[in-house]
Amino acid sequence: MFSRMAALRALVVAGLVVGAAACGGGQSEQQPGGTAASAVVIRLTGSDTMVNLDQAWAENYRSVAPDVSVQIAGGGSGVGIAGLIDGILDIAASSRKMEPEEIERATKSAGAAPKEFVVGLDALAVYVHESNPLQSISIEELAEVYGEGGQTTKWSQLGAKSPLCAADDIIRVSRQNNSGTYAYFREAVLGRTRELRLGSVDQSGSKDVVSLVSRTPCAIGYSGMAYADKGVRALPISKKKGEPGVPPALETALNGTYPISRPLYFYSRGTPSPQAQAFIDWSLSDAGQKILQDIGYVPAPKSAP
Amino acid sequence: MVQRFSTRLGLLGEPLIEWTIRLCGWSAIFFVFAIFFFVFREGAPLLFGTLDLTEFFTSVNWRPDSRIRPQYGVLALIIGTMSVTLLAAVLSVPAGLGAAVFVSEFCPRRVREGLKIVIELLAAIPSVVWGFIGYMVLNPLVIWATGAPIGINILNGGVILALMSVPIIMSVGEDALRAVPDTYREAALALGASRWQLVYKVLLPAAKNGLLAAALLGIGRSVGETMAVLMATGHAVQLPSSLLDPVRTLTATIAAELGEAVEGGDHYQVLFVIGTLLMVMSLVVNVTADLIVKGIRGKQNV
Repeated sequence: MFSRMAALRALVVAGLVVGAAACGGGQSEQQPGGTAASAVVIRLTGSDTMVNLDQAWAENYRSVAPDVSVQIAGGGSGVGIAGLIDGILDIAASSRKMEPEEIERATKSAGAAPKEFVVGLDALAVYVHESNPLQSISIEELAEVYGEGGQTTKWSQLGAKSPLCAADDIIRVSRQNNSGTYAYFREAVLGRTRELRLGSVDQSGSKDVVSLVSRTPCAIGYSGMAYADKGVRALPISKKKGEPGVPPALETALNGTYPISRPLYFYSRGTPSPQAQAFIDWSLSDAGQKILQDIGYVPAPKSAP
Repeated sequence: MVQRFSTRLGLLGEPLIEWTIRLCGWSAIFFVFAIFFFVFREGAPLLFGTLDLTEFFTSVNWRPDSRIRPQYGVLALIIGTMSVTLLAAVLSVPAGLGAAVFVSEFCPRRVREGLKIVIELLAAIPSVVWGFIGYMVLNPLVIWATGAPIGINILNGGVILALMSVPIIMSVGEDALRAVPDTYREAALALGASRWQLVYKVLLPAAKNGLLAAALLGIGRSVGETMAVLMATGHAVQLPSSLLDPVRTLTATIAAELGEAVEGGDHYQVLFVIGTLLMVMSLVVNVTADLIVKGIRGKQNV
């Protein structure tokens, strides 16, 4: 009898520990931003891709400037830009550039042109196992590998039969369908009208993708450029089959030649207030960029405005 | 004074203790129903609303996030759960019951105490750690041993789940065997039965109910396990064609997607429908087990 009780008790304790950890993780994200006593509020809304990043910045900024509260909301880049034009925001977070017409309207509404800040880069790299002989891959080929109805399921079809991958099957490593990386990869490779093929091995973190690929000679996977690690190779990527591949790097991501990267922007409403300017400066500082890197984005180049 | 006080406490204490214990018993029933109710309630609007039940049960297309048309087909997830659980049961029930017989009947006393402590320790390992072992240790082993293109698959998940349920099956099974009176053993030995005959002809039939309960507790753990299978089965929505294909289970889907699903949205609700489905599944398993046990008991009484 004792042993049964012990086994059950052990189970219950283990369950509680795991449960508590899971709950704790979930709740910390839900914490309201800032205390009611904060004197200054910076309103920051926009890109869903950047919400986690904004949130992390806002939380850490509280220890830098306790009297400033940064309020975060998502909704999409369009929502942020619209809010900027309507004057209900201090900063809009956007994963696309503002259209000239939007800039004009925002200028008219605020009395001064919105200032653009590149706060980081969202660049995805396509990783294969280091033993894989594939030299580069095109977006078209990626679409055939990952897309619904795609015909590429064997490495030999890409001309890259690997000696370590005896089965020759391409193991597609992907992300959980709620991740921003997943959504961006789908859009960049398949456009808006094609689905990803089911049956990919879905991982819950950017790092997990790379570590799984490094252990699996047959695998291909996508993740943030910053996650390159031992055991994997990031492939140069071209738009069309036969074109020379562009290696994933800071410069190619920045000048737009690398096909799956996009800058992440902050736009201020007119000339930013001193507090908003301080927040943006801090986010571009080493401390702010370290947080950005931890979340999985590429730091903004130092020369950016 | 002291005397009188303690008597009064005794008079009061008796019903108090009785009520406390009664409350404990009833609260278990209350909690089960409350959990079922709340899980069901979250999913109910979709279940009785726009959810296409034919698609839900027969489609392998699990695309809750589609921009074109969200599809909620859980067939691949059900098959995933079943395949991993089945493999785990096939591996763990013989191993667990075998271990129980060994520890209870064949093991020297000294070794037994040590062995029990170690096995109970095994039961205390959190499932995340098991998942980690599947992901880091078993993954390359499976690739190396089978030549599979990827090592996190049904085989990996099944082995991990089996390792997790063996301690439970062993622990409960051993108790069942110990509960068989020693007079049975003495009688069998006196009749000239060998040790194996004693186990096979006397102890196993006598402890049948307890052993069945042990096996079902172990299988129950496999069905409900989440973290370990999330990491060890590969989390891929597809119908497996061999033991070496990655799959995704119902529980892992809920764990992975509920955090980011918009509260009250279709995706959120369909995850609760899956939760209801899981509860119904375990209810069916438990009731079936109960009926089997009752059937055995009935036969024995006749």
